[in-house]
Amino acid sequence: MKPVTFWRSCAASALCLASVATIAATGAGSEASVARPGPLPSRLSETGLYSDASSLTVDPRHLAFSPQYPLWTDGAQKRRWVSLPAGTAIDITDIEVWSFPVGTRFWKEFSFGGRRVETRMLVKSNRTDWQFASYAWNDTQTDAVLAPVTGLPGVAEIAPGKKHSIPSVEDCRACHDSSRTEVLGFSALQLSDDRDANAIHGEPLVNGMVTLRTLLAANRLQPGRPELVSAPPRIPAASSQERAVLGYLSTNCGACHNSNSTLAPLKLMFKQPAYGGGLGVVRAGLVRQTKWDRPGAVPETTSVIDPVVIEHSALLYRMRSRRPASQMPPLGSVTPDAAAVDHVTRWALEEFRRP
Amino acid sequence: MTQRISTMLLTTTALALVTTMVGRADAPPQTSSKASEAADAAQVKRGQYLVKIMACNDCHTPWIVGANGPEPDMTRMLSGHPAQMTLPPAPGPTGPWVMHFAGTNTAWAGPWGVSFTANLTPDKDSGLGEWTEDMFVATIRTGRHQGKGRVVLPPMPIGQYKNATDEDLKAIFRYLQSIPAIRNKVPTPLEPEE
Ligand code: HEC
Ligand code: HEC
Ligand code: HEC
Repeated sequence: MKPVTFWRSCAASALCLASVATIAATGAGSEASVARPGPLPSRLSETGLYSDASSLTVDPRHLAFSPQYPLWTDGAQKRRWVSLPAGTAIDITDIEVWSFPVGTRFWKEFSFGGRRVETRMLVKSNRTDWQFASYAWNDTQTDAVLAPVTGLPGVAEIAPGKKHSIPSVEDCRACHDSSRTEVLGFSALQLSDDRDANAIHGEPLVNGMVTLRTLLAANRLQPGRPELVSAPPRIPAASSQERAVLGYLSTNCGACHNSNSTLAPLKLMFKQPAYGGGLGVVRAGLVRQTKWDRPGAVPETTSVIDPVVIEHSALLYRMRSRRPASQMPPLGSVTPDAAAVDHVTRWALEEFRRP
Repeated sequence: MTQRISTMLLTTTALALVTTMVGRADAPPQTSSKASEAADAAQVKRGQYLVKIMACNDCHTPWIVGANGPEPDMTRMLSGHPAQMTLPPAPGPTGPWVMHFAGTNTAWAGPWGVSFTANLTPDKDSGLGEWTEDMFVATIRTGRHQGKGRVVLPPMPIGQYKNATDEDLKAIFRYLQSIPAIRNKVPTPLEPEE
């Protein structure tokens, strides 16, 4: 089957599953049980996102969603959808590591100032692998073309002298491949119905967006766990400020800084679980000396949180910085998240300040 | 039909696996551990050879003026820019001369700021002691620290080294993990004025 036909038929999701299975069964070699991912469509309009590409009508079978704690990308406006093959469900036996059916596709659209810039895509191409891609929108905003695996620098000006770049696939993987799950925004905590109204850059839940409750009701989560609705996941916290800060750090830092990452020796555990999270998870990692030295500071005197001069905290210094050698996250944005820096500073002052 | 083929394939794979396992179990354990020791030694040797010809010591071992003129100080082999060395601010670029480097060959000033060569010895706190093979390979392949951090600064020749085979990179890492650990906390790079 030609790749384009394959992808079109994927829009009718059951067919997609069948063809993935066929590839799996006919693929030659010793790794035949794992389908070799096919080439990605060269245009966004061929990925199955739209039921009518000429009017950019999103296929109504796709599920729109919005994680309660979004990622900061220089203030981009984002829209997200997932397509689960017809008749399939997500295996949530491990509440932290949802297992998606083969053929699942995620899309995430980025706009600046009302203009679409890129649409990123994640495709579960076989039992274990996800493919990453991004599509760069054309000037007339009618379609987007597959960006090179090395990314595309400077696709949109977002502030004077600052440009947004489409990340390379290696950079996608830097964030998406560093914990036990590649999917970062479609999880028990992110889709909880006990949504954090104070989330930093929190997005409104628009009509029709799925949450744990609607997904369970539609039998899209297996096994059905009623506690996800009766006791929806929520970060336990002493204040609404603390809850919002922990949620922010979980999404924006926890993808890399978690106990399953190669960065675990740094002991920064920002990732929040669905249940049993809170300050206890991160605290030990915050009150220690860093390997990294703050520029200008005496070597080996920098702490993640500096209780005496909060502004000197490595955590805040690196969140404020957008110089390549010190910025955190190290990739994915070119302007600091001023609102988040402000929230985290105020929270750290209250929580850790020692005169 | 599709399902039948999958099942058949699975069975074949399973059979192949069983065969391999039986094959392994057949071999006397002693020979296999000796064989793996020999393979390990060969890998270390290959890594040592690559480190020698790929000039790692040129930049990662501080230079001194010895009896025969300037040479890398092998008592501090691959331990990076000496932490206790204090440097005055680097002179700015003049004309086409945009880069400066210190006599140790371990501190480098240019448009990126000032970079200091890393400690590649297996010291736990200041070197690569906590690194895994995957992290090392990812660093060279992506040009980002540990494959996901900041960009590795010049003059580290990432553009060339990223073309090495996995096998060679793994051998280099294996060798680096076998050399004496030296504690030397290399400073973080200085950022350019904005
Ligand atoms: C700086 C880290 C980072 C980088 C780089 C990054 N992502 Fe993500 N991505 C995230 C986080 C965190 C989320 C969830 C939060 C959100 O959507 O706001 C996410 C969400 C997504 C989603 C929606 C599905 C999901 O996991 O929630 C898609 C699709 C996606 N990213 C694709 C990509 C692709 C393709 C690239 C590379 C071109 C990429 N991302 C680069 C961090 C990153
Ligand atoms: C894409 C992966 C990634 C993300 C996302 C990320 N970091 Fe990091 N972080 C790293 C890497 C790699 C290092 C180690 C190298 C370095 O210090 O630059 C690091 C180091 C650090 C350190 C220094 C720790 C030490 O002991 O030296 C701090 C503090 C830090 N990160 C904070 C953050 C914060 C806060 C966020 C979110 C706002 C964040 N990071 C997001 C990859 C990441
Ligand atoms: C021309 C000089 C030069 C040569 C040759 C060179 N390096 Fe480097 N290397 C550097 C500099 C400078 C840095 C620090 C860059 C930075 O801070 O971003 C570095 C950093 C590194 C790092 C990152 C360490 C960390 O802590 O993140 C590794 C690993 C590395 N080099 C390995 C090697 C190996 C192995 C060789 C030989 C095969 C080698 N280098 C040869 C200059 C060099």
